[in-house]
Amino acid sequence: MNLSYLFDAAHWDPTLSGGIPQLILSHLGYVALALLIGTVIALPAGLYIGHTGRGSFLAINAGNAGRSLPTLGLLMLMVTLLGLGLTPVLIALSVLVIPPVLTSAYAGMRSLDQRVVDAARGMGMRPWQVLTRVELPMALPVLMSGFRSAALQVVATATVAAAVGLSGLGRLLIDGLAVNDYSRVLAGAIVVAVLAVGLDLLLALVQRWVVSPGLNPSPKGPS
Amino acid sequence: MITFEDVVKVYPGGSTAVDHLSLELPTGKTTVLVGPSGCGKTTSLRMINRMVRPTSGRVLIDGRDVAEQDEALLRRGIGYVIQHAGLFPHRTVLDNVATVPMLLGRTRKQARTDALGLLERVGLSAEFAKRYPAQLSGGQQQRVGVARALAADPPIMVMDEPFSAVDPVVREGLHREFLRLQKDLGKTIAMVTHDIDEAIKLGDVVAIFRQGGRLAQVGTPREVLANPADDFVAEFVGRDRGLRSLSFESAADLPVRPLSEVGDLELDDAGRPVGYGSFTRADSLRLVTDLAIISPAGIAVRVDAEGVADGIVRHHDLVDHLAARRREQP
Amino acid sequence: MITYLSNNTDVILAALRQHIVLALLPVLIGFAVALPIGYLGVRFPRVYHPLVNVCGVLYSIPSLALFVFLPVILGTKILSPLNIVVALSIYTVALLARTVADGLRSVDELVTQSATAMGYRRFRRLVDVELPVALPVILAGLRAATVANISLVSVGALIGVGGLGQLFTRGFQLFYLEPILVGIIASIALAAVADLAIVLVQRLITPWSRV
Repeated sequence: MNLSYLFDAAHWDPTLSGGIPQLILSHLGYVALALLIGTVIALPAGLYIGHTGRGSFLAINAGNAGRSLPTLGLLMLMVTLLGLGLTPVLIALSVLVIPPVLTSAYAGMRSLDQRVVDAARGMGMRPWQVLTRVELPMALPVLMSGFRSAALQVVATATVAAAVGLSGLGRLLIDGLAVNDYSRVLAGAIVVAVLAVGLDLLLALVQRWVVSPGLNPSPKGPS
Repeated sequence: MITFEDVVKVYPGGSTAVDHLSLELPTGKTTVLVGPSGCGKTTSLRMINRMVRPTSGRVLIDGRDVAEQDEALLRRGIGYVIQHAGLFPHRTVLDNVATVPMLLGRTRKQARTDALGLLERVGLSAEFAKRYPAQLSGGQQQRVGVARALAADPPIMVMDEPFSAVDPVVREGLHREFLRLQKDLGKTIAMVTHDIDEAIKLGDVVAIFRQGGRLAQVGTPREVLANPADDFVAEFVGRDRGLRSLSFESAADLPVRPLSEVGDLELDDAGRPVGYGSFTRADSLRLVTDLAIISPAGIAVRVDAEGVADGIVRHHDLVDHLAARRREQP
Repeated sequence: MITYLSNNTDVILAALRQHIVLALLPVLIGFAVALPIGYLGVRFPRVYHPLVNVCGVLYSIPSLALFVFLPVILGTKILSPLNIVVALSIYTVALLARTVADGLRSVDELVTQSATAMGYRRFRRLVDVELPVALPVILAGLRAATVANISLVSVGALIGVGGLGQLFTRGFQLFYLEPILVGIIASIALAAVADLAIVLVQRLITPWSRV
């Protein structure tokens, strides 16, 4: 076991196809697309269910049901059905994003202080204004934590794309394994973990930026 | 004027929240809806700004049926204050207050400038403007709630138990502020409370509800205390309603005795009494009675506007005075 | 599908058996390790945030990487099931240590204070009062960890030890739908049964939280 692969400058050549920078880029590409697709599907659904209370059963159980779906199996099923390519990978990864986003959007909407929502309506906000100016900002902390856990999971799981012939950091794991090059496997594991932690930190910053300080448990302010 | 015309509210499941309510809330006055829990007072209140729709009957504001008006626009024209204030936790105090003016299309800058003035009006200094609701005490939050409701200068205020979530001392202060503000502003106010004392203190008109959503009695606080319509109202306003009704009796024509009747009455150089409770002609008989009872000598001292003693009252004088009045007004 | 099932009953059952062991053994190990670690996170408040962060990082290591990598650290053979068991135990600890800490922290301060006032010592209070009250939260975490483990085992198939996951790789290599479908359905069913079992246990041992 050694870090020679990771620290070999040749593997960091940004122009090299199969080099670490390009693998990171394609990996992040899968992650971003899967997060986008999954969120576009799950966020409105979760908000709607949380807002109306209709379909709560679905939202509550989506979390566990989603976790129980083996991503590798789904991916291979999709490849067998649709052939090799980006689509089956994106489907499998998006399915991974849906449960945490759906559940947290639902939980965020349910956790709202109904007195505040009542005040918003009573002051003359229209339903859309109540949603965008009061409910969403207040649900944001819960929502963001769901999105962050989805992002963590997708970054780690996107490695399986390599198992069906695609790119991404999984290449280092699969190819390294195939030729017993553990230094390459180690490099892949480290880069993925760093990427996951880095993305989470980035999202934590985004969260701090978009969530009102008034929603912190002990808000700091000019006092 | 807000008018309830034979309003009924039946909830799905068949429970009747409001049972054929007809009531007028006079313009520029505070009308307090009061009653035990489950009497339909809050449901009735929430019909004014269409948060609840009547099953039958109409609610009119200055003759216009609220059901025919745009929901959101109607509400922007009615100040809304609720228990626990319901402030937006993600907005600063200033932006909370600026909410309705901005909904009405005023610029952020203008709305914020106005909001600062309003904070001052409700007794909060400018340093609170940048804080978030979670950084305020319950009483301060409630003040912000009132400022927020006043922000667009609505002619009507709807207040749902606005002072019941704070402790008695803070509530006392909020009551004083409320009366002072209302004296200046003269809004048409509909307020709900379960506390009869609060209703009597703040209301120009008191509407007492009983279980099942029926109106038991409407009248000025003085009328309700003096002549309860039935046993329910008498019970609800309490056993000490006689004593409390003295709050509405002026001490102006209460006969006084000369100061010389009390030998050891100590006065300071300016002639103000020392060690005795004092009242002016503007105070109520309730205060005089209270002073006479707690004074060991059974004496209350009357003072003029400068605080100079000009007469005394013994407690049996009070009893005679009240008895005489009773004979005059059967 | 029926033909596939009847022709491959032995292979499927063997895969299922391996899947159960590989998924559930780590749950037991991980739970046993997570309890004391989670408690430390509550007993010493300064430990809590580092604990949460370390758990987060551990959970973000891709399972495939961990499976491949453990043999290098442990000196086990690459095909040894032990790698899977250790890797999944690590994930379980990462998930449960935090849940245990959060569960214990969620216990109403008034409850612990009144227990102390009645004369409970620290350890007895933990066992008699805090753990039972925190149990619904902890068991919710246990459900999540169990279900996650059951679906993660399949990834092991990429290195040759993956329970039902081997049905995926076989189907993938042969471009053959049936084994993949059977594997997915069996994996989901197994997760559902395990989840249900924990729910039933929870109902049994926390009668006070039944609605």
